[in-house]
Formats: sequence, structure tokens, C-alpha cells
Amino acid sequence: MGLDIRWPIGIMFSLIGALLLAYGFGTAGDVEMYSHSLGININIIWGVVLLLFGGGMLLGAILGRKTPPKP
Amino acid sequence: MARWLWFNTLSIPRQSGRNPARRRAESAWILHDNTDMQPIHLAWVDYTILLSYTVFVIGIGFALRRYMKTSADFFLSGRSIPAWVTGLAFMAANLGALELVGMSASGAKYGIATAHFYWVGAIPAMIFLAVFMMPFYYGSKARSVPEYLKLRFDERVRCLNSLTFAVMTVFASGISMNALAKLLHLLLGWDYDASLWICSAVVLVYVLKGGLTSAIYTEVLQFFMIVLGFAPVVYLGLKDMHGWETIKSKLIDVAQNPAALSLNDKHFQPDAWTSAWKPILGGAGANPMGVNVFAIVFGLGFVLSFGYWCTNFLVVQRAMAAKDMTAARRTPLIAAIPKMIFPVLVILPGIIAIALASTPDKGYRLPPRPISSGGAAALADLRAAKPGQEDAAFAAVSKDVDLKLDKAKVLALMHANAVSALPEEKLKEGLQNAVTENDYDSIILSLVKRYCPPGMLGLALTALLASFMSGMAGNVTAFNTVWTYDLYQAYLAPNRSDQHYFRMGQGITVVGILLSILCAYFASHYSNAMDVVQLVFGFVNAPLFATFLLGMFWARTTGTGAFLGLLGGTFTSAIFHALTITVGNAPGIKGGYLSVLYTFPSEMAQNFYLATFAFAACFVLTLVISLATERTKTDEELKGLVYSLTPKLVDHDQAFLTRPAVLGTILLLGCVILNIIFF
Repeated sequence: MGLDIRWPIGIMFSLIGALLLAYGFGTAGDVEMYSHSLGININIIWGVVLLLFGGGMLLGAILGRKTPPKP
Repeated sequence: MARWLWFNTLSIPRQSGRNPARRRAESAWILHDNTDMQPIHLAWVDYTILLSYTVFVIGIGFALRRYMKTSADFFLSGRSIPAWVTGLAFMAANLGALELVGMSASGAKYGIATAHFYWVGAIPAMIFLAVFMMPFYYGSKARSVPEYLKLRFDERVRCLNSLTFAVMTVFASGISMNALAKLLHLLLGWDYDASLWICSAVVLVYVLKGGLTSAIYTEVLQFFMIVLGFAPVVYLGLKDMHGWETIKSKLIDVAQNPAALSLNDKHFQPDAWTSAWKPILGGAGANPMGVNVFAIVFGLGFVLSFGYWCTNFLVVQRAMAAKDMTAARRTPLIAAIPKMIFPVLVILPGIIAIALASTPDKGYRLPPRPISSGGAAALADLRAAKPGQEDAAFAAVSKDVDLKLDKAKVLALMHANAVSALPEEKLKEGLQNAVTENDYDSIILSLVKRYCPPGMLGLALTALLASFMSGMAGNVTAFNTVWTYDLYQAYLAPNRSDQHYFRMGQGITVVGILLSILCAYFASHYSNAMDVVQLVFGFVNAPLFATFLLGMFWARTTGTGAFLGLLGGTFTSAIFHALTITVGNAPGIKGGYLSVLYTFPSEMAQNFYLATFAFAACFVLTLVISLATERTKTDEELKGLVYSLTPKLVDHDQAFLTRPAVLGTILLLGCVILNIIFF
């Protein structure tokens, strides 16, 4: 099929990652909220993880586009 | 099959009451007094994550729409998908349904031995499928598993398999959607009907637009969503308990007195929850599953596991969509890699939960079963309790709620209320708090609620939603293919144009979703009838692998032998169930309704032995009847369908490490090592 699934996966997780990261920074001072996650600002950490994952998928999609499909 | 087994052994959350208004009233009762089940308040960030996931899965459907031109594009993805995609979809299609919820429940109930469903009950069968069976499925150019049966045997076997499979997929997706809608209702306070219809509509749109490709692509997306959504919950749980060693030491206490957490009435060896094999080797009485080593190795590891992974079109369809034979054979192998380590994500949460519950200063208890029907009557009885007649009042309250209650807590509540009348909210809360039966299926959610702040909460809930949707989409795509190719084209309207079948496929997708919704309502209103339905499918599925094994590896097997063998195997399951029962169950839906010849220590043991007997009966009957009947297919006709008559595939052109047999051996070794580590 003509669609490389790495595009939607990459874009979606990058967007969600960026959102979590921004939200994590925005709520960084909220001690009560992060008492849930043992005082760790999990939104920032996981936002970065998702960004890295999404970025990796996009990179794969970009690199995959350059190699011509095998006959 | 394995999935059906899990359905049978797990308690599916129930919604009692046949009248929708009453059902809602009862749910409302749950919502307002069980503090643990208070709806979660989602922040805008959580809704944004949920929404963006929905937009992307629908978007994938629309993006694929222009590639859907023939029925082969729609049902078989034009056989064009790379192995890593079909591999992850293979894994995710099975992951759907109740696995996340069910496996964490089993992790709490049975400990590490639950991993047998993966290391014994999945990996070996997936490797067998890749190395030995995939060449026949893919090479025969059959478009579905029932079609393979037609090529190998005859129309009767295909008809039997396709009919039962089609009905089973509709019920499976209905059960899955009912569980999802109830979860959203209890958890977020969303309307049951709206949740059911909206989630089904999302699945409908992307399957209708992009067919099997769409289902496979979204399954890959869902796979990553599930992994990335739940990994932080597991990480925080581990951190909260100060790592695995602390958890293990807590599990030792739990094993010696599981009654403290209402897990089990018996006492076990200290390693009952922390070792995968030692408690099983100790016999059925030495482990909370109540199974012995034969039941695990032969019943689960061979009959049920091979019966599910090697014959169920729902998963095999993913491999059949691969772009070539090599990719098709790699599909189950690629799926086996995440499958092997998935217990960390799905079973560990259950284990963390019981470790938390046995650490008093963590302030966590396993979620109690919610009081649903009879709540109002119980409150009335509680209020009417007269001093000196507490025992009678307690008995009445217990009967009303139909759950085990902590007598001391209920009596304390009665006394407090007698001294000064408590407000209704307090009474309800106190009564719910006195329930001692665990609601294992809510464990994963209780951990999500405990550890996830807004943001992460949205991600984890989206992961949960994704797991249910992938289950439904998987079933619907398998259903529409089997209906169109194996029932409609075969019996109702042969020799029509390809476009005709393509349009039929789209039409039947809508019908399939509507039938699933109908089944979801059926499951929510008549949960007992649903248990019977699942039981019957268990009977049909149990002997199936014997038919495939003989068919693929013994050219002498005849159509009559296979057909009668299957019927005989199914009949054997039904008779076996009617003559055996498990400890603590009355004769009826749990078995023993004809007579009780044997009592099993657990339902799981009964299931494993039932499958073993059904397999043996089907195997012997097929063998004997085949020998007594004439062969109807020549060697030439069976070429590509039977092992001994098919030229062996040569893998020498592939790099040594990527050959299926080599990869399979490496994976099997990895699996053995995991079993040794957790022995």
C-alpha cells in the first residue's frame, strides 16, 4: 500500500509528546498534581520519550522514502 | 481459542438488570457511593490526546481509501504489507479485547505463573505457525483459513468452520465493546449507549474506508499506543514499591496467607506467586491456578495454544496480508518478540497491585466488586436492623447485595447508624467498603488512577481505548472476509464480478458492526446467556487443531474423516463438560449437569483437560474414519496443501540469521531462558 505507516505514527506521537512536554512545563509547580506520580513530573519525561519515538519513526519514514522500492 | 478460554475464565464485568432504566439507576448507585469508582475528571489535555488519537485512526482510513479498488485490496491488503507491520498487527489483533484488563487480573490472582499464557501458551505455537504452517496458508493462495480447509478437505469442513468462526467474531467484538462502553461509563461517567455507538462508529469508518490495510495499520499504531501508554504506569508502580526485590518479598507474605487479600482460601508455599514452574510442579494443590504440569504443557501449551495461534483466521489473516512468502513467515516471528516481553506490561501491574495492597502504609486496597443490584434493598435492611437481631440483618444485607461482606464492618456500620442515623452517602460508602470480593478486572484502572496525573492519564486511557478498538477491528475484518469469500461467494452468490464482492465486503462491514453492537447489548443484559455462548464456542474450538495437524501432515486424511472428527471432538467437549465440575460450583453452567464423574480443583484445570480430551477425540476419530474412507483428493490436488507433497521451501538465499527456522530457534531459546530465570 502506498502509505508508509511510519508517517502517521511519527506525526501523532510527536504531537502528543510535544503536548505532554508543554503541559508538563506549564504545570511544573503543581506539587499536589505530581504527588500522583511520586513527585516526578512524568509529563515532561514521557513527553520527551514520545518526541524521541515519534522523531525516530519520522526519520525512518524519510530515509525509507529515498530508497526506491524493491521490484 | 486461547482468547475464548480467557473469556471463560475471567470474570467479565457485569451489568445486571434487563431494563435499561433500571440498569442506569443501578449504575448511578455505583457511581455515587463507591469512592473508588468515582468518575475520573479529565482535563483538557487528556481530551486532546484522546481526540488526536481518534483523528489519526480515522485519518489513516481516509488516506487508504484511494488504494481500495478491488476485493483483494479490501480483504487481503493486496498482499503488499512489509513484515514488521503485519508482525506488530498480528500481535495487536490478539492483544485487543480483554487482554490488558484480564492479564493484570490474572497476574494478581495467580502471580508469575500467568506468564505461561505467553511463554508456553503462545511463543512455541507462533514459531510453529511461521516455520511449518505458513507455507501452506500463504502458498496455497487460499484467501482465508476456511478456504484452506475447502482446498484441503471439502465444502462441509469449510462450511462448519466459516459459520462458527463468523458468529464467534461477532460475539467476540460485541463482548469487547460492551466491556469498553461499561468501562467508559464507570470510569468517566460517559453514557453507556453513546460510548458504545461512538467507539463502534470510529472503527466502522476506518475499516470501511481502508479495509484490512486500515485495520492492520491502526493495529500497529494501537500497539505503540498501548506500550507507550502503560509503560509509565508500570515504571511508577515499580518505583513506588522500591523495585522488584521488595515486590518479591511482599509476594512471599501474600503466598502464605492469600486470604488476607481475599485472593484465595488456601495457604501456599512462599514461592507460589513468584515462581513460574515450581508451584506448578508441586501439583494442582500447590498453586493458585489449581493446575498441574500436564495441564499447562499439553492442555495450554499444545492443544489450546496451537489451536488458537495456528488456526484462528483473526491472527493468521495478518500474516496472509504480507507482501511475500518470506514476509508472511516472518510475521509470527516478529510478533513473538514483543509477545515474549509483554508480561512486563500486562501481568506485572497485577503483581504490583497485590504487593501494594499488602503494604499497609501505601494506602491501597484491591478494588472491591461494586455493589450493583440490590443496593437500595441492602440500605433499607441496614437501616431496619434492630439491636439484638444483627445476625439476621447481616444475612439479609448479604443476600441483597449478593457479595461476600466483612461482617465486622457491616455490624459496625449498623451500630453507628443505630446511635445516630447516618446520611445515605455514608451508609453506601461504608457498605461498599465492607465488600471483601475483589474486582480483579478493575486493577489496571486503579493503578492508572493512582499514578497518572492529567496528561499521562489521557495517554493511558487512550491506550486502553486503543486496545479495545483493535480487538473490534480485528474481529470485524476477519468476519467480513469469511462472510464474503466463504459464505456469500461460496454458497449464496457465486460467479459475480469482483466489484460485486468488494461492495458486499463494505456492506457486510456495516452489518458486522451493527451485529457487534447488538451483541454488546445482549452481553450487557444477559450476561449468563453470554457465558453459555462462550462455552459453546469453547467446545467448537477445542478440537480444531487436530484437524489441521492431520490435514497438513498426513495426506491420507479425508474430508469425511475431518468433518466427522471435528463434530466428534465438539461433542466430546460438550459431554466432558456435562460430566465434570470444579470445586465450589453447583452443577449447571459450570458443568456437571448430566452427572459428576470428576471434580477439578479449578475452572482453568477443567478447561485445559476439556481441550485435551476434545483434541484426542478429534485426532483419533479423524484418523480412524480417514483410514476407513476413500481418498477424494489426488496427490496432485494436495500439492501445496500437505507437507509431504509440497516441495520444501529453500531458505538458503536468505541471510543465515533471518531464516525462519534459525529465527524461530533463537526465539525458542530466549523463551527457555525466561522460563529458567523465573523458574
